[in-house]
Amino acid sequence: MKTVRIANGQGFWGDSLQAPIEQVRRGPIDYLTLDYLAEITMSIMQKQRARDPRSGYARDFVAMIEEILPDLIEHNIKVVANAGGVNPEACRDAVIDAARRRGFAKKIKIGIVAGDDIMSQLDDFIGRGVELQNQETGEPLASIRDRVQSANVYFGGREIADALGQGAQIIIAGRVTDTGLSLGPMIHEFNWARDDWDRLAAGTIAGHTVECGAQCTGGNCLVDWETIPNVADIGYPIIEANPDGSFVITKHKGTGGRITVASIKEQLLYEMGDPREYITPDCIADFTTIQLEQDGTDRVRFSGIKGRPATDLYKVSVSYSAGWKAVGSLVYGWPDAYKKARAADRVVRERLDRLGLRFDTVLTEFVGVNACHGELLSGPPDPDIAEVTFRIGVRSEDKRAVERFTREVAPLVLNGPPTVTGFAAGRAKVEEIIAYWPALIPKNEVKPKISVVEA
Amino acid sequence: MARVKLVQIAHARSGDKGDTANVGLIAYKPEYYPMLVEQVTAERVKEHFKGICLGEVERFEVPNLHALNFLLHASLDGGGTLSLKTDAQGKTYSAALLRMEIEVSDSLAKQLAESK
Repeated sequence: MKTVRIANGQGFWGDSLQAPIEQVRRGPIDYLTLDYLAEITMSIMQKQRARDPRSGYARDFVAMIEEILPDLIEHNIKVVANAGGVNPEACRDAVIDAARRRGFAKKIKIGIVAGDDIMSQLDDFIGRGVELQNQETGEPLASIRDRVQSANVYFGGREIADALGQGAQIIIAGRVTDTGLSLGPMIHEFNWARDDWDRLAAGTIAGHTVECGAQCTGGNCLVDWETIPNVADIGYPIIEANPDGSFVITKHKGTGGRITVASIKEQLLYEMGDPREYITPDCIADFTTIQLEQDGTDRVRFSGIKGRPATDLYKVSVSYSAGWKAVGSLVYGWPDAYKKARAADRVVRERLDRLGLRFDTVLTEFVGVNACHGELLSGPPDPDIAEVTFRIGVRSEDKRAVERFTREVAPLVLNGPPTVTGFAAGRAKVEEIIAYWPALIPKNEVKPKISVVEA
Repeated sequence: MARVKLVQIAHARSGDKGDTANVGLIAYKPEYYPMLVEQVTAERVKEHFKGICLGEVERFEVPNLHALNFLLHASLDGGGTLSLKTDAQGKTYSAALLRMEIEVSDSLAKQLAESK
């Protein structure tokens, strides 16, 4: 039976720079998949492209590819990444330049999966009655149209497989589902049909398991966390996929971390909604059909997965400007650290009131006391607590109000309660809030654009 | 009967989707799962997260993983980039749920105390 080894080397934009390199060098793999796009990323990239038409993609990706190109060529490893952001063409051109610099001209084919960026079509859609209603509130997109900063459809594994079918060794996609990055290679290698729902669901669940990188190999794992070996050298996950839809999650030998049924269960439930209805462009996967079994050290076998037909809708991710926010903090020390921090909070709030500043939200947390679990669950702190961080944030449509707020925290070190420090980082920063608008669109409204060229 | 914290019989992981947090609660042993199903109801979880979860709590059973999945709506101050919270993604809500106490038999409580 043909087994294909699909490695994940990046769980989010900002993940370990070393992980993809280790994945190609510390053992055999057939595919390297990398997830670069968070919801906020697309709006940042739209802004970059507006300033420079040759930007708007994950630059980290190009530097990383340049480093591992000799390994990719020598071992015929294929790369699938959503590093294209809002400009997959420019990302491809940068990778071609890198390949030529390294002497690999004409030795590697690079494909792009584009067409997901529907920013320029929004008015046309709205004009034709495709409302792109917010999935949570039901409001039509028209209500925030003038504040939209990016709009992308999520393609799936099928589009990735089509690019692989055209001979690409490196695939640069725009917005595709995280699960599609791993499912695509399976569809391509095993020729899974469009309506082979059980296998497509299996590949989707494999993709879900590895999409957060080391979070399935012992990272952020609560079970026996103190005894997880060699976390400094944690191995990133590898799917050993089989044509029948069964697969094993493992990692390279000699790397740190731990893969057990328990650690895998934690990741399966991460960001889970209805476990019977995990909806992707490729299928609906049913997580209640998964059978897990330990298959030796750091190996967990999946089988029995069932799926159902895909819907005729793509998910759309729209980002839009939704006001301003800022967060400031100070540290209060023993004695009476918590009392002092609470007094500081009262003082700041009273000063904001006197200034007549109004905010949609003012949120105070006391880090070290109740910031994560709230006051009720955390209970009262140790009266002798060594220090408490007073953290206060505001949110408003009025940028000037938020700016004014940022001048009201630091002065407390001189004109508020005593034994205070931790202001070295400077004034709180005003940040634009880029909010996220989830919507759906009929699949026939959008066409993926797939092309493959030689470097 | 005795009371123990969920952290003694279950582990958990949490994450976010917009302003909704999800908490996956997993029994350490298959025989603990029925206790979770019976006692860790959506209503109790809503009460447990008073002041944090401002919306509905939905519960889904995942018997093959001996797990429950909870959706805590309106729990992240707007969620994502809107949120002013330290834990804007609800990453620590998994542990917050493990603070909950449930009733177990005296013999199991004794066994859990001994294995600590």
